Parts: sequence; C-alpha cells; structure tokens
Amino acid sequence: MVATRPSWAPEGVDMEVPSPARMYDALLGGSHNFEVDRRAAAGASRLVPDLPKVALSNRAFLRRSVRFLADMGIRQFLDIGSGIPTVGNAHEVAQRAAPESRVLYVDIDPVAVAHSEAILAGNERASAIEGDLRSPSELLADPRVRSAIDLGKPVGLLLVAVLHLLPDADRPHEVVATLRDELPVGSYIVISHLSSASRPEAAAQLGDQARNQSGVPIIFRPRDEISTFFNGLTVIDPGVVELPLWRPESEADIDEEPGRSLGLAGVGRKDSPTS
Amino acid sequence: MTAAHSVERFAGRWAASLKGAVAPAMTRAELDVFLRGLTEQLTEAMRAEPFRPELGRAVGKALIDAHYRDASVLNRTLAMLGDEFVTELGDVIGDGADVMNRVAKLHGAVAEGFAIALRNTVLAEQETTQRAALAAARAAEERRRASEARFQAVFAGAAVGIGVVDLTGTVLEVNDAMAGMLGRMPDEIKGRTIAEVIGPENIGQAYAEFGKLVGGEIDRFRLETTHLRPDGRVTSIDLSMTAVRNRSGTPDFFIGVAVDVTERRRLQNRLWHESRHDSLTGLPNRTLFFERLEAAEQPIGLCYLDLDGFKNINDSLGHDAGDYVLRVVANRLRKSIEPDGCTVARMAGDEFVVLIERCGSPDRVAREAEKMLAVFGRPIEFDGERLSVTGSIGVVHSALVGADPGRLMRAADVTLYQAKANGSGRWARYDPARGERELTRHSLATAMPAALAHDEFLLHYQPLVALADSSVRGFEALVRWDHPRLGRVSPGQFIPVAEETGNINALGQWVLEQGCLQARRWFDEFGIDDLYVSVNVAATQLRQPTFVADVLGTLDQVGLPATCLQLELTESAVAGDTQGALLALRELAAAGVRLAIDDFGTGYSNLAHLGRLPVHQLKIDRSLLASSRRGEVVDPAHDKIVAATISLAHSLGLDVLAEGVETTPQADRLRLLQCDGAQGMLFGGPVPVGEAAEILARQTNRANSA
Repeated sequence: MVATRPSWAPEGVDMEVPSPARMYDALLGGSHNFEVDRRAAAGASRLVPDLPKVALSNRAFLRRSVRFLADMGIRQFLDIGSGIPTVGNAHEVAQRAAPESRVLYVDIDPVAVAHSEAILAGNERASAIEGDLRSPSELLADPRVRSAIDLGKPVGLLLVAVLHLLPDADRPHEVVATLRDELPVGSYIVISHLSSASRPEAAAQLGDQARNQSGVPIIFRPRDEISTFFNGLTVIDPGVVELPLWRPESEADIDEEPGRSLGLAGVGRKDSPTS
Repeated sequence: MTAAHSVERFAGRWAASLKGAVAPAMTRAELDVFLRGLTEQLTEAMRAEPFRPELGRAVGKALIDAHYRDASVLNRTLAMLGDEFVTELGDVIGDGADVMNRVAKLHGAVAEGFAIALRNTVLAEQETTQRAALAAARAAEERRRASEARFQAVFAGAAVGIGVVDLTGTVLEVNDAMAGMLGRMPDEIKGRTIAEVIGPENIGQAYAEFGKLVGGEIDRFRLETTHLRPDGRVTSIDLSMTAVRNRSGTPDFFIGVAVDVTERRRLQNRLWHESRHDSLTGLPNRTLFFERLEAAEQPIGLCYLDLDGFKNINDSLGHDAGDYVLRVVANRLRKSIEPDGCTVARMAGDEFVVLIERCGSPDRVAREAEKMLAVFGRPIEFDGERLSVTGSIGVVHSALVGADPGRLMRAADVTLYQAKANGSGRWARYDPARGERELTRHSLATAMPAALAHDEFLLHYQPLVALADSSVRGFEALVRWDHPRLGRVSPGQFIPVAEETGNINALGQWVLEQGCLQARRWFDEFGIDDLYVSVNVAATQLRQPTFVADVLGTLDQVGLPATCLQLELTESAVAGDTQGALLALRELAAAGVRLAIDDFGTGYSNLAHLGRLPVHQLKIDRSLLASSRRGEVVDPAHDKIVAATISLAHSLGLDVLAEGVETTPQADRLRLLQCDGAQGMLFGGPVPVGEAAEILARQTNRANSA
C-alpha cells in the first residue's frame, strides 16, 4: 500500500476540533454540539459575556432579512455557511412567508451537512450540500446547486456569519464579487459579519482567542471592509448597520444595546449586470 | 375590565420579563401571542377541579419547544406565577383560600414539564448530533475508501510506471509497470534509492534536480535516462518526478511517473537512419552527406563520381540491371573507400560522392579518386552478361575552392563535367581558371530568378540619333545586373546564361515592361511623341507563342503608343525562318511596333530574306566600322560594304542606323553615304535613366529656344 493518502483524497471528519457551526449552536443554547464546541463557545463567552446575544442578534437578523426578501418576491434562497439549521432557520422563515420557496443550504462541515439532512428530511424544497465558499464559481456550477436554484431568476444569497471565517488570503471580496457577477439581476445578497467597528478591544481579544485556542480563525473586519462587500450592489436601507438595527420589527425586538454589537449587517440588491 | 384584557396584560409583562433570554425564533409580537396562549392554559389549570398538573407541564414543555431553554426562563416564569398572577387574573382563577396552594402545585407542574422537555430535547438533539457525526464520518470514510480504491486501481493497472519516493530518495512503492520496466519484482525495488531507476549517466543530474525538488525550488523535473536491466536489456525511460506537498508547502513525498520509450527511441533511430540513407544501396543519402559536409573538419576533399553511359544500361537491360550495377558499385566503393575514414554517399541516380575530412593535401583526394576508378577495373556480371562500367570523377579540394559547402559541391559538379568532356573513365582536378568561370555561370543561373524578384536588374539607355541633325530620336534599353555579391555583372556574362536556362523569357519581358514604362514617363514629361525605346528581343522570346500578346498587352497596360516601341532582333533570330516568327513580326508591325535587325553584318546578312520581313530599320554592326576606328583612313572594302548595304536597304524601304560610331570622321562619312541614324560613344554611351532624362531635357530646351 501507499504510505500516505494522496492529496486529492477527501478529508476525514475530525471531532477533536471545534466547528464554527456547532459553536454557534452552543451559543444559541442548542445541544447540537459536542464538548469541544461547548468549551470553545464558553471560552469565548468568558471573554465577551454578551456573546450569546450576538448570536441571538445574528439569528434575528437572518429571520428579518429572509422575511424581507420573501416580501420582495424572492422564492429561492442559497444559504452558504448555513451551519446547523436549527430554530429560526432560513427555510422555516421563507416557507412560512411563501410555501413554494426553495432553500439550499451549503456548508463546508460534513457533520453540519449530515445534520442538516436529518433535520430537512421530508422537506422537498429544502436540502443541504457540502460545498466550499472559497471556490464560488465551482460551487455555482455544481449540478446539485443548478437543480435547486434557477440562475435565470433572482436569488436570495445568504452569507450570514460566514465571511468572517475567511482570512484575507482566501480573498473574501473576490469571492463575493464572483458570486455577485454570476447571479441574475434582481438578486439580493445578505451579509452579516463580525466587526471591530464598535468594540475594537473585545474584537481583538476574541480574534486572538479564536486563532490561538480554538483553531478556528475569526476575522473581525473594520466597517469599510465590510461595506465594500456590497460594491456593485444597491444597498437596501438602512445600509450597513449593527445587527439589531437592521429593520427591527419593534423597539422591543432590539436585544442588544445600540453601539455595542459586534456584528454589522446589510442587504444589497443587484440592479444592473456587473462584470 | 375583561378577562381577555387581563390575560393580554399578564402575557405582555411575562414577555417583557423574558427579554434577553436566548430564544431566537420569535419576534416580540409573536412572543406576546404565544404567551397569551400559555396564560390561558395556566388559568385553565388553576380552574380545573380537581387540579390538572398536565396542563402546567404542557406549558413548561411549550417553552422548551419554543427554544426558551435557559434556566433563567424557568426562574422568570415561576416568578411571574406568584402574587402578580393571582392579582391580575383573580377574576378568572378565583381567589379562594386554596389559590396559593394551587399556585404552588402549578409551579411544580410547570417546572416538571420544563425539566422533562428539556431533558428529552437535549437527548434527542445529542442523538441527532451523534448520528450526523457518525453519518458524516462514515461518508467520509466511504469516500476515502473509494478514492483509495480508485487510486489503487490506477496505481496497479497503469500502463505507465508509477513510484512513490520519500524525502531521502528511497523508493516506498512501485507499481508492476515500473518494476517491469526495470526488469525486477516490485519488492526488489522498494527500500532502494532512485539510483535504481536512473541510469548512472544521469544520476548526477537527477540528484541535483531532486535536491531542488526537496528544497522547493522546483515542483517537478523530467529527464530521459537509460537503464540496464538485470537481464542485460537496455531500456530508455522517460521519467518525471513531482513533489506532493502538504498544506504548509513542504513535500510529503514524491511521485515518479515513468514511460518506457525504448521502442519509441528505436523507431526514432530507425526513422533517422532511413531518412538519411539510400534504400537501394544503403549508403548515406544526400541529406546525411550534406549534414556531414556542413560539420566536416577542414580541409575538405570531394570526389564527385558519375557513371559513364549509365542511361544505356537502364535503357538496354532494364532498371533491374541499373539498380544492380548501382548496388555493386556502391558496395565496391564502400569496401574500398570507407576504411580510409571517408564518407561515401549516393547523391542521386548514378551520382556518388566521397567526402574526405582533414584532407591534408590535394594529392590525397587524387589518391582516393584513383581508388574509386579502380573499382571499375572488374566488369560487373548481371544475368550472365559482363558489363564494363566506367565512371568519371570531378575532384576538388577546399584549399582551391574555399570551405563553403555549396561552392565546393558546385565546383565538384563543374569539374565532373570537365572530366566527362575529356572522355570516360577519367578523373579531373578542379581547374581554378576554368572553374571560376563555370562557377560564376552556375551561380548566375541559380541567382537569376531571385534577382528578378528582388529588382537587382536595371536598365541603362543609349541615345539613338538622327545623323542629319544629331538629335536624339530614341534610346536603346540595355539591361544591367547589380548582383549583391558579385557587383555589376556584364550582360555578356549573364545574357548567354539566361538564354541557356530559359530565364531569358522572364528577363526579356521585364526589360520590355520597364522600357515601355520609361518611354511612357518621358512621353508624359517631355511631350515628344516620336521618341522611341528600342528593346532587344532574344530568339527564344520570339518563338514564345504568347510573345505578340505579351508585347501588345504591355503596351496597352502602360498606355504607350506602339510607334514608341522598337524591337531589335538579330539576323539569326529571324533567319531560316520559322513561319511562326514571321507571322508574329507581321502582326506586331501591323500594330505599329517598329522592328529593327540588330548586329547586321555579323551573320548571313541575307538582304533578300530581309526584304520579305516587315522590318523598319537595319542596324549595321560596329565591326563593319571598326577599320576606321583609329584613324581617318577608311578601309575601302568595308566602306564599300557599308555603302552598298545602305543603298540596298534604302531601296528596300528600310532605315539604316550605324552602331559603334566613335569619331566625327566616321559620322561624316556615314552622312555622306546617306546613313539615317547612328549610335555610339560619339553620341553618348549607355547612361542611367536620370542622365537620359537630362539629355532629353537639354534637347527640348534647345528646340524651344530655337
């Protein structure tokens, strides 16, 4: 036998390393996670005690933005970096608004994908596949994507709490630009992103902790770097704002104190062909 | 205050108390509605008789199902179910003595429902999570297994040799194909170094490249190497090595891919050999000969052999006989000459050539030539016949000719024909004086087509004057060749070569076109409508079936009146007539083209014949005037011939122009004899077009000022 597996063989499943998808679930109080994920989430929460609120805000933003897109007539959603679609996930929100809505979840974590498949069993209009955001053209060309998503019609592309997992070396701005170019006019791109804008110190601490201890790098980007993800798009009001401030349903739904959120969010619409 | 109002208000306060508890699913408005429902259930539980704990448990479970799982949710909920609950909803739940007792029971039921549901949910989610992890792991393992199986299949079944090598160059793994190429079993190779795969002559280079591969300087290298197998066979292997790097960029191992190119090499060698050898005799062919000649060490000797009368053998005995003779001659030459370290090649047909490198003296070539002739000493037997075959040889040495291969070959060719001219069965040494002429002819002939294409030819113009007033009436166009290497080549050299090679037709047409173009320009510039250009026409041109069409077509294209063109023909061109030539001349004359007989007096000078030709002018050759060239004494005999010629020509209605007029007395005498025109140094030699134009300009000015 050959001593070492060739590099083109698929990667295995490593349960010893925390996964961002399961950490996120742990922060939301779910139990779709392992000890290693809970420990990493707890470690981060010790540094920034209101971290669960950030997760909550982000999930609430997802809910609001999907509902907004549904109101705008979007009936197909591509959720890249979806993690584990537990409660308040995109397909529930979208299909509650319009039952014919299709949702395709994409995640790089095979456990999250297997998990999603289990949760989505029986839902004909929602499915999950393993895919890599870092190869956007390949991803959009994937036959499973093509069969779920009609690229001739507007798409709601959800990049919620995922771009901050791509270091600059993965060229996240090029990734978004590629996706934007390949989507049809009338499509929306929804982005939420951890940011160093409001609390640079907390952001730096969490960033260091993520890099050094959990082994899952998280990039807290400044506001302008997050805004440039929307280049070539018409940014929907109120623009790129703190997570809880993006079109809250009511005062009472704002769970975080304004000016303190670690996340920025925005929605952009492709109004003209880009190149 | 209605009961519904109370429920709504209580639910609102309950919702407010839960603010911030982790539960992402609902908006505040939805939460209000949700808790209103739970409040209804709680009041129902309070009113039921007997007390129904399951209603309380359902509320606890509903909270869990709505993802309100935090312990603080239970705390806050139980806190709400105290005095506030009783006060706010007293109308609905009653306020009897046992109310607080029932509230306590309700607390227990809600907490119990909450705890049980939480436990069940967590267990279920953990179960799902475990199962998902397991499924993912199994899928990954399955994919890994499948990919490994594929890799194994590729590895084992590949027609190319594949090997895996570690960082030290030790072979970890080889497939059967690789082992087969090396003539060993796979297990015999594993654990050895790549030196086993790479032949000794390439091993240094291979390790140098391998070092670069390990160091990350290159990603792959490729080389061709030969390998001596244990069974003594030698295989040629085309080997590529590629580094397989891990995520940090350092190589984990190397993959070598080898292709057995032994057959390909053999085929290439055979093709190379076949493309460079003559299939009939097996001798090197022209291609290989020239390769060797180009690369030969100086000085060089060449013997160019051609069989005498070989065509006769083919014609009388057939090609089998011819081929047989060629094979025998080739074999004899090979046996006799090759041991001397010379190359014997068959150039074409019955031509062979021997190349002698480092040929110290011309005598050495002569000795080889003698040996070559000696192979014809014995007759060649074919089909019971004894054929006496001889050959002629041209011998050259680079000391006499120079080292240029092309020149050497031409010299050898020329010398061969000299040898043949001397009689069969001889060799001739290159004669520099004679050879140079021949070589020049040879090179002129080969250079002429390109020279025409590259505008190396040009025209000079010599005035043709009327003797009566010495005015210029026309120009004779005379072709010149500015050869880039030989310089100005005289027409005396290249015209005969052009006639021999047939290039004269193309050259003649070029002269015609250029002459007509120039005449047209002068026509436009000076407005002299009776000025003509006189162009020489060779006999072969006149015999071209398209000649008339070419001339008239050119005139038409240039837009020159036919009367402005004169064609000069030699007597011999029109003598002994071919009917065709006569017809052509009549047609041209009818179209208005002037015709002149050139060099009259050098040939048969058949005036009777001239009378039948549609000719306008007779040009008396310079030789008839030669006797009076030096002094003023006129050779009486020649003078009489000139006088008679002029008189006779006039009686036939022809003009007469004297060529080569150099002195005033000559001109005076010719005037006296009523000669019409003249040409010669006295009136101006051939000049470039610019000077000709100046002559015309001066003449026009004089005419205008007169």
